Amino acid sequence: MSLDDISIKVADLHSIGSLDALLNEIASHLTRFIATGETAMIDLKSLPFSPAEYESLRTALGRGEVSARLETIGDSELYETHYSGVWWVTHYNVEGDVIADLIEIAEVPAILHSQPEDVRDGLERLQHTLSQTK
Amino acid sequence: MKEHETLEQRLHEQGVSRRSFLKFCAAMATMMALPPGSATAIAAALAKVKRPSVIWLSFQECTGCTESLTRSHSPTLESMIFDMVSLDYHHTLQAASGFAAEQAREDAMKEFNGKYLLLVDGSIPLKDGGVYSTIAGRTNLDLLEEAAKGAAAIVAVGSCAAFGGIPNANPNPTGAVAVSDIIKDKPIINISGCPPIPAVITGVLAHYLTFGALPALDNLGRPKAFYGETIHDRCYRRPMYEQGKFAKTFDDEGARNGWCLYELGCKGPTTHNACATTKWNGGTGFPIEAGHGCIGCSEPKFWDAGSFYAPLPAPAADVTTVAKAAVIAGAVAAVVAGAIDRGKKTKAQQSREKLTVDDLKGE
Amino acid sequence: MEQELLLWVRGTGLQIAAAVFVIGMVYRMLHILMLGRKKSLAAPRGSEWSGGLRTMWKRSFVTTKLSARGNFTVVAGFIFHIGFFITLFFLTQHIDLFRAVLGLHWPAMPRGVIDMAAVLSIAAMVALLVHRFIDPVKRLLSDYQDYLSWILSFLPLLTGFMLLREIGFEYITLLTMHIASVELLLVIAPFTKLAHMFSTFIARWYNGAVNGFKGIEI
Repeated sequence: MSLDDISIKVADLHSIGSLDALLNEIASHLTRFIATGETAMIDLKSLPFSPAEYESLRTALGRGEVSARLETIGDSELYETHYSGVWWVTHYNVEGDVIADLIEIAEVPAILHSQPEDVRDGLERLQHTLSQTK
Repeated sequence: MKEHETLEQRLHEQGVSRRSFLKFCAAMATMMALPPGSATAIAAALAKVKRPSVIWLSFQECTGCTESLTRSHSPTLESMIFDMVSLDYHHTLQAASGFAAEQAREDAMKEFNGKYLLLVDGSIPLKDGGVYSTIAGRTNLDLLEEAAKGAAAIVAVGSCAAFGGIPNANPNPTGAVAVSDIIKDKPIINISGCPPIPAVITGVLAHYLTFGALPALDNLGRPKAFYGETIHDRCYRRPMYEQGKFAKTFDDEGARNGWCLYELGCKGPTTHNACATTKWNGGTGFPIEAGHGCIGCSEPKFWDAGSFYAPLPAPAADVTTVAKAAVIAGAVAAVVAGAIDRGKKTKAQQSREKLTVDDLKGE
Repeated sequence: MEQELLLWVRGTGLQIAAAVFVIGMVYRMLHILMLGRKKSLAAPRGSEWSGGLRTMWKRSFVTTKLSARGNFTVVAGFIFHIGFFITLFFLTQHIDLFRAVLGLHWPAMPRGVIDMAAVLSIAAMVALLVHRFIDPVKRLLSDYQDYLSWILSFLPLLTGFMLLREIGFEYITLLTMHIASVELLLVIAPFTKLAHMFSTFIARWYNGAVNGFKGIEI
């Protein structure tokens, strides 16, 4: 029995042109990110994917080591793909519908950073609490 | 003059974090089809704007447009949209009724004269002095003209307000017209659709607030960001069209395999809207994804453009009967002409002088 | 505006065009038939029917016997007609139209075949026009009707091809242009040389029937 006799059906990930184009776009963004540190975003909702193509994209990018979860006006799911520096960011509303679906090329997705305004607010609250307990 | 507070103040008061606001702006950028990186810029601009006063007038309509808007994405997001504006009059949504409601409209018109946004859904009947639709005893025409005077811009929400829609469809018993048929001296933005995509309504509002101006419009006054391409252009079944794979009925093998619905009457190729990318019901899908062709509801005269189930190449009127009548008419004409010809021929034959044997002998 | 125009060409415009075309064609063809032929008193040496029908069929193909007209004209003309025929009757969108109007339908040909037929047909037409300009005999024989017929048949082919590929304009504009160009063809065809789309078969029948009657092998 040779290897050819084993029936393995390999899913053809590259059968659709738009998926190929998107992967190329990600590659070129990554190149620029390495060279200049310039981050980029791709709006997946603006691309006419069929459900099957969308799944192929998930398979093609895979899952990496880091994932994070945001809990504000509904959940947000962020994870690094199999390719470091390529993040998949999905924002949901409270009902669980997707309101934004993005590929972000960056060290860390921008929204994960603590926001200066919120830090200032937090400090105020902490000081307030401290003044109460004195 | 009363001034509304800025959006940032308002959100801060409500304990909304900056991160939530950024997320909201990312959703807005997606919605408005702007580059995804522009969320930060949108956040900076939105934080500073003063919430504008909005007056919403409902005329000859079914409330479907309001239903669509109030079901836009999640209640939280939608409430954020409503946080961005001060909806001072909307006779379906507001708590006040009767004189108090009309008073609210008049107050807003006076206080924010020249600054408020006027949103209109429904068409305006003109026949018989406009008696077919009145609010508080006043005709729609009267109310629209009055409210338009002090408006910074007018947003015609839905196909009825934008193009006349269903009330304007043949035979148009009430003489219904669009907002743009009446108001000529104000910027008008048409958000067509029956109903329009909720995200498009909110997206246009967000655009107006962010940039302080109306977005770029197409030749029918619709925002290009949403109506720049046809359903067909962005349809995920487009490859099927190119390959000539067409479903022939709604339950055949092709339909089950998700083939193109062109032959089942899909108006996608001639319809400009964002359904194929923005989608409906919080991104669940759009009509074609549910297996039904596009009916072209965001285009003028969509109700009169023949059957929803007749393919685009099929005639929009009865050609078969015309052709049958034409066969008879042509045949009658030919028979008459033939009879006349025959008459001429016979006459010519009769008037011919016959050559006899005697004539020949005589020579 | 675009939608209204499309609606007009799909509705009222098409009704007018269909009425003019059908009345005109039925009138002209019946009128020709009603002229009749004088009864031949000679004893027939063969069948009029078989001669007539055979000729109607056989002249649909290129034969070397016809080369008196020049091989180029015959071959290019043949390609144009076949291409036109294929795109007209075997494009799925056209079959939709026939089904809607006549209630009849048949299987469509693949897009690749249609594309090729359309391109060949367009190329043949362009070549024929150039030849008409270059060839002194043809140029002398041509009158305004020949050029009118060329334009009327060329426009539907060109706009149809552009529509399939969405070249140059938006789909809706191209669809309107395509339907309008066909309507123009329908309205004018019965009253010009383009009436040969039907009368050619009468002419072939006549030729063939006369030969058949005389017992000439066809």
